[in-house]
Amino acid sequence: MIVGFTSTGEGWDAKIDPRFGRTEFILIYDEEKDELKAVDNREVSDMAHGVGPKTAQKIHELGVQVLITGNGPGGNAAEVLKNMNVKIYIKAGGMGIREAYGTYKANKLESIGG
Amino acid sequence: MRLAIASGKGGTGKTTLAVNLALKASGTMKTVLADLDVEEPNGSIFIGGETVDEKQVYRYTPAWNQKSCSLCGKCTSWCAYNALIKLGEIILVMPNLCHSCYACSELCPDGALPMEASPLGTIRHFSRGKLDFTESKLNIGLEQAAPLIKQSLNYLDENFKDHDLQILDSPPGTACSMMEAVRSADYVILVTEPTPFGLHDLKLAVETVRQLELPFAVVINRDGIGNDELDRYLKAEEIAVWARIPHQREIAELYSRGEILFDKVAAVDDALSDILQRLEGLS
Amino acid sequence: MKEIVILSGKGGTGKSSVCSALAHIKKDNILVADCDVDAADLHLIMAPENVPGVDFYSGIIAEIDAEKCIACGLCAQKCRFDAISLYEGKYRVEPLDCEGCAYCHYICPVEAIAIPQQNIGNYFQAESRLGFTLVHARLNIGAENSGKLVAKVKSIAKEQCKKEGKDFMLVDGSPGIGCPVISSLSGVDYVVLVTEATYSGLSDLERLWTLLDMFKLPGACIVNKADINPSVASEIRKFMQKKKIADLGDIPYSEDFPKAIAMGRTLIEENETRWRPVFEKIWKAIEEKI
Repeated sequence: MIVGFTSTGEGWDAKIDPRFGRTEFILIYDEEKDELKAVDNREVSDMAHGVGPKTAQKIHELGVQVLITGNGPGGNAAEVLKNMNVKIYIKAGGMGIREAYGTYKANKLESIGG
Repeated sequence: MRLAIASGKGGTGKTTLAVNLALKASGTMKTVLADLDVEEPNGSIFIGGETVDEKQVYRYTPAWNQKSCSLCGKCTSWCAYNALIKLGEIILVMPNLCHSCYACSELCPDGALPMEASPLGTIRHFSRGKLDFTESKLNIGLEQAAPLIKQSLNYLDENFKDHDLQILDSPPGTACSMMEAVRSADYVILVTEPTPFGLHDLKLAVETVRQLELPFAVVINRDGIGNDELDRYLKAEEIAVWARIPHQREIAELYSRGEILFDKVAAVDDALSDILQRLEGLS
Repeated sequence: MKEIVILSGKGGTGKSSVCSALAHIKKDNILVADCDVDAADLHLIMAPENVPGVDFYSGIIAEIDAEKCIACGLCAQKCRFDAISLYEGKYRVEPLDCEGCAYCHYICPVEAIAIPQQNIGNYFQAESRLGFTLVHARLNIGAENSGKLVAKVKSIAKEQCKKEGKDFMLVDGSPGIGCPVISSLSGVDYVVLVTEATYSGLSDLERLWTLLDMFKLPGACIVNKADINPSVASEIRKFMQKKKIADLGDIPYSEDFPKAIAMGRTLIEENETRWRPVFEKIWKAIEEKI
């Protein structure tokens, strides 16, 4: 699975950014290859409007299948996500990336849609 | 004569003034009152009246034509509002982010984004005795007020050009929607109150109408509840005060019951007479 | 550090009064972020010291380079906002009318149209009259609030709140249900809704609840002016019960609200004996739930 995280930084020691659209970084973890990649989302998060949909488009392009985040998407982003095959897990805001991943694996995170 | 009534923010008594002024004016001249607070119109609470016309108003947003689309994705890079999203083989349009600029539609090499009409809101025309009244209401969920305000002003141009007086009850605040509402006016009345809040918001409104290069004057509501900072400011800026409505409990009570004021409260009637006299002086 | 956002549907429900009263109670252990940028209420009560602001950039306006312009008129023809017109033989954009769509920039045959980012206002971080830090913003005439500005104000506030070691960050949220509200809600620990006992108060609460539900955020509600319409007040309470919104209590209509606001004071300053216990009780209820 390709697991994505909305993140405040670029590595495992970063924290989950509770925001979806305005997250500054998106971390991609390829479970099979055990590889973590950081994607800078600041160009998107710096826009005035329509940030949620643009970030949703980005995670689609990155092939994310599971996304771990804090608050979840707002109205416009949620509309876009309906058309995507991604499962969103919420309430991980503020957790370290490792902790969030562990909590997800232990089935302790709440999911929406998908 | 097109007169806009505006204020820095809500709650200063702008709509109350607009409604009472319109009713009084209609006694002697052909008057139309347009409620342009399209997100939260409430002028009709005071007016009542019978419906003369109701018009559905539309905006144009792109619709994706899958068959013609080559999936080049250029549209998503043109759209300044992120209203177009490409998810692999589908293009999603987010109509509530769209500003109807037509760029994607006209630049698309495949003609795959024809513009289509979608409901924006309604304009209703009421009449009560000798007063005409239009109310414009934005459909729920839509955020952009300016397009509906623009269309409402066109409606006034088309249907009421022979009226002596058009009064615009503009939306509160000093952003896009208020500017759209007042910019075509011949004159603007700014309603304020003599408190620190009133003064602060008045200064913003004054800056706005000056930037739009519109002649304006001030009407002071709830005169007496605050301090004299407002008067000192108006004097220093050489801004004319066309009327003062005193702070009276009676007025607040009538207002909370949705009642007309000028036929019951002499001070309000006097204020309106002052304003109408000043308007006459202009034309 | 706990982040609490205060929301209400439209103006007039007493949100600023409630927000400033709550801030006053916790004034030694709080930081306030004013995200209700279009309405100055809070900063007039809190009177932050005058500090230089930081420029805030958002959105674009088209600018035509007169030297490059060949006056073909294509831009004026295509502009849907009537923002471009002929001026002294060349075409010119009227900034007040430009909506920043960039269509003209894309079609100009000689690339004479630039689309620079606009400085639409400033944000500030300053000490308020009551001693705590207030992060707020001021927009230029005609500029609009956006999720971006709210996000900026909040992120500055969050960082500063942590630096100061304060336990609470209070966010005065934006009105409505659009982008700025979504941005106000992001990352918060608790939502306090202020509504009034009228039908529009009830419908505002219902709309705000759909947002809270979407974000799965815990929330509570204060019903202001509860005695002006007791039957609506009880309908509101029924709705709150049904949707599991915690009840922070009713506040009866009081002249203290407009009086305090008009003179730039908090409710506690207006009438301490009356209002301190009310807001201390509200804080207690909030702290139990967080």
